[in-house]
Parts: sequence; structure tokens; C-alpha cells
Amino acid sequence: MAETITHSYLENTGRYKGILAWLTSTDHKRIGLMYMYAMMVFFIVGVLLGELMRLELFRPGQQFYSAQTYNGIFTIHGIIMIFTVVIPGLAAVFGNFCMPLLIGARDVAFPRLNLFSWYLYILGAAIALSSQFLGNGPPDTGWTFYAPYSIQTHTNVVAAVFGAFVLGFSSILTGLNFIVTIHRLRAAGMTFFRMPLFPWSLYATAWIQVLATPIVGITLLMVIAERWLRIGFFDPSLGGDPILYQHLFWIYSHPAVYIMILPAMGVITEIIPTFAQRRVFGYKAIALSSLAIALVGYFVWAHHMYTSGMSITARWVFSLLTFLVAVPSAIKVFNWVTTMYKGSISVKPPFLFALGFIFLFMIGGLTGLSLGSLATDIHVHDTSYVVAHFHYIIFGGVGFAFFAALHYWYPKMYGRMYNFRRANIAFGFLFVGFNLLYFPQFVIGIMGMPRRYFDYLPQFTLGHQLSTIGGFILLIGIIIMLVNLFSKKGVKAPDNPWGGKTLEWTIPSPPPVENFDELPVITGEPYYFE
Amino acid sequence: MTHTESHITDYRVYGWVLLALLVLTTITITVTWIDLSALTVLVALIIASVKSFIVLRYFMHLKFESRLFTVFFVMVLGIYLLVIVLTFFDYLLR
Repeated sequence: MAETITHSYLENTGRYKGILAWLTSTDHKRIGLMYMYAMMVFFIVGVLLGELMRLELFRPGQQFYSAQTYNGIFTIHGIIMIFTVVIPGLAAVFGNFCMPLLIGARDVAFPRLNLFSWYLYILGAAIALSSQFLGNGPPDTGWTFYAPYSIQTHTNVVAAVFGAFVLGFSSILTGLNFIVTIHRLRAAGMTFFRMPLFPWSLYATAWIQVLATPIVGITLLMVIAERWLRIGFFDPSLGGDPILYQHLFWIYSHPAVYIMILPAMGVITEIIPTFAQRRVFGYKAIALSSLAIALVGYFVWAHHMYTSGMSITARWVFSLLTFLVAVPSAIKVFNWVTTMYKGSISVKPPFLFALGFIFLFMIGGLTGLSLGSLATDIHVHDTSYVVAHFHYIIFGGVGFAFFAALHYWYPKMYGRMYNFRRANIAFGFLFVGFNLLYFPQFVIGIMGMPRRYFDYLPQFTLGHQLSTIGGFILLIGIIIMLVNLFSKKGVKAPDNPWGGKTLEWTIPSPPPVENFDELPVITGEPYYFE
Repeated sequence: MTHTESHITDYRVYGWVLLALLVLTTITITVTWIDLSALTVLVALIIASVKSFIVLRYFMHLKFESRLFTVFFVMVLGIYLLVIVLTFFDYLLR
């Protein structure tokens, strides 16, 4: 039997030193961190672009730059945040870092493929970002690349679209890797219903990644073919159908919302039992609701298209299906709340962020009902109400869950603690800033403020100004959080600082290279609190 | 769980598969000359599905693999089928 490696994964003992040791590492934990560092850079750029938009919108009329520049900024803000931050998101970072630890494996099933996925991610991001500097200027279509405008605009759509195509491959390969890992590498005795719920959510996510991503891949290639070869897929002037583009785009991009949010829900399901010191309520219901969300989430895409001119029958069918997907989402929320009931709650930073997630996700989810309903959607479609709803789900949901996961697993990742007080202050700024940034957008959206507009009527000024102030409070929160986590080393972290029961807390912090000295044997449920 | 059995498929089988694919491709092209109106897509999809089935079963060895892969395959097929049906709630009833 080979000798077990006991040194931490952060130490370099291989052939290469320094950054090369990281860039050639197939260790799932290092790859998780590499995703995180790259993603943080993209996230900061995306946030700064968002702040630039908020500054321009502080007052009606032109302030700092032209309408065309504004179109370019919201497009690249969307491309960066969607394709390079939230789609890989928690699955790429914490899925890679934690999933093998949580299921009692030494690595993912295909470690080299895992590293290759990271390189594809970087390559795809580089191609997408090159669209800003090459050709006829930054794309101005919005991140959705709607046809026929994306076919007709002279801006550099092809690079952005091709970048998204390559990023899709990274996503598919990660999904494939996770499905095989979860099927083949679970510890002895860990049946599917003894598996922790974060891997459950990753399993559901992985299926969406594998099945839905190829559809957007081929759709984006069709856009390129139509631009270069003038084949009429989507542009009516070439004999195409623009609504077909919307169908194909949303057949992927709606399930993509679940690629983003399912791992976030998984993280919250790990954090709440630990900080309530209580068994998770409705384990099986939460596990199966992940699969239900993944499955039903496939069949709701056209709720983005109620005003596109598609058939009336399709509209009510998709509205009905959209309401169905609310059921498994609500199952999770009720189970989280019930898990906390009569728990021995300790309000530490990861728990605060998890509570923040539930609050913001609820607002995002409930405002989604008025968008899923045919009559009300027509009133608020393409207004800033949609922008607010979307950001409550994606930033309030995925973003806050990411911060929760980071604060939860940080001691395991780095073997160090962070300052709780500063983390709590950061949470305060983030929470207040977030709500001030996005809540007014619901109000002005209902009043009729269109989304993606460079200028607006005077009655929307107060809402925009509150929103901009909120944006900068949020930015302060992000800075405090990042400085707290990454500026200086905290005290050494114990192996199990939170009293968690899942397998990652049974090994040293930071974990050794091959995770487990001896592979664990599972004999019971994952969340057994006395 | 290890899967150690190996399967050697006769070249003649591959020959028949190739022939079947060529015949089906010819049919795909031939039917484009016939006006089937609303059934056009359905016929194209049926022929493509038969071709995919043959490729998956023989070239991709689904015939010899664990039942789990067949279950996955049928599940995925079901999802795509539903996606297409739902899309046609728009196209056929617009």
C-alpha cells in the first residue's frame, strides 16, 4: 500500500515551486482556490463596472460618458458576472474544494480533466474579455445577445459569444467530473441518502451543466455562423426567426439560474444545522427537492418570453410550469427555518450570511411570482423591477451564499481564523448596501423605469440616487470583507472550529494533500447532533 | 465496482451499422423534397433519433455497458423530448 501523504495541500513539495506548483496541480483543493482567485478578480472588475453604471445614473441626462459606452458597460458587466463569476460560482470553488472532502474521497474522479476545465475557464474568460479591445469595439447587445440585433450590430459580438462557448465547455467538464465522482468515489457505507446535502445539490447542478450547456453552445455558434456566413437562423431579413433564438438561449440560460442557485442552497443547508447544532429537518425532502428543481427548472424557460410574441398556449403552459418550480424552492426554505427552530443557535459570521441569504432569496423568489404570472409580467417586463428581482436572486442569493461559504470553510481552506467583528461589520454594510441598491429598483420599475436605459425621466431620480448610494455602501462592505479575509493571517484554526459533523471537520485544517489518512467508513446520517 | 469484461464486436456489425446510417441519411435528404408541412420536423427527428440510437448502442457500446447508463440515457432523452414538445406549443399554435 502506498504511503499516505500527510503534509498540507498548501505546502509545495513537488517538482515545481511557487506559482507553477499551483498551475500544474491536479489537487481538487488547489483547483478550487485557483477558481476562487480568478473569480474574485472578475468579480471586482464586474462590481466596478456596476458602480460606473450607478454613477452615470445618479442624475438624469448624460453625466460622464456616452449612451454607447453605457451599452458596452452593462453588456460586459453581465458577461463577466454571469459567465465568469456566478455560473462557475460555488460549484467550481467550493464544489471542487469541499465535495471530495464531504463524500470521503481523495480527489475528484478525473483530476487532470479538472485542471483542464480551469484552463478552459481562463481561456474562455480571456476570449470574452478580448471583445473589449479587439474589432469594432465592445459588444452592446446585453449579456443575452438577443437576435436580430446581435446579428446586425457592428460591435465585437463574435469574440464575446465565442468566449461564452469555451466557458461552456469548462462547465460541462466540471459537471461530468462531479457526476462520476459522486457515483464512484463516495466513502464506503455512504449511500445516496447518507450523503451530505451540499454534494446532493452539486449532483443536481452537474446534470444541468452537462445537459443544458451544449444547447447554448450550439446556439452561440449559430450566431457566429449567421454573422459570418449569412445563414438565416434568427434574423428575419435572412429568413430566420428571432424567437427561435430566445427559445434556444433560455433553454440553457434558465436552467443556468439553477446552476447558480442550487449549490448556494446546498451551502446554506450545510451551514444552518452546524450553527443551530441540530439535525437538518427534512433531509430527504431537501435532497430530492434539489433534483426536482433541476428537473422542473428545465421546462420553464419561456417565462422570459411572455412579451416576445410566442403563442398564447405556450404562455400559459410556461406560466403554470413556472409556478410548479416554486414548490421545491419553498420546501428548502421551510426546512431551513424549521431546522433552526429550537436549535442551539450561535450567531457567527457564516450563519449571519446564511440568514442574509434566506431573507434576500425570499424577496427575490416572491417577486419572481409576479414575473411568472402572465398579466403582471406584461406590466413590469423589461423594467428595473426585473433587474432588482434578478439581483436579489443572483447577488442576494448566490453572492451571499458564496460569502457564507467563504466564511464557513475559510478556516479549513487556509488553516487560519479571521476577525469575527470585522466580518460582522462587513455583513452589515453588505446587507444594508444591497437592499438600498436594489430595493428602490423594484419601486421605480413598477413606476415604469425601463431596464438598460442610459437616461430617465425626472420622477425616477430619487430611486436612482438611493440605488447609487446603496451601491457604494455595498462596495465598502466588499472591501472590508476582503481586507478582513486576505490582508493578514489570523490565529491558527482548529480542525473543527464550528462543531460541524460532516467529514471535512474530521481532518486537519488545512487538509493534507490526499485528504484522509484512512478513507472513512460511514455508518449513519451526516448531521447527527446530540 | 469494476467492469472488467471486454467486448469485441464483429466488423460485419459495424459494416451493417454504417450501411444503416447511410441509408437513413439518404432518407433524411429524400424526405426534404416531400412537403410534409407540420410533420416535417417530426419525421426529421424520428430519423435522427433512430440514427443516434444505433450510434449509441453499437459505436458507443451502450449495448454492453451497465444498465445505469441506459437509465441515464433514457432520462436524458425524455428531458429533450419534453423540451421539444414544449417548444412546439409555441411553433404549432402561434
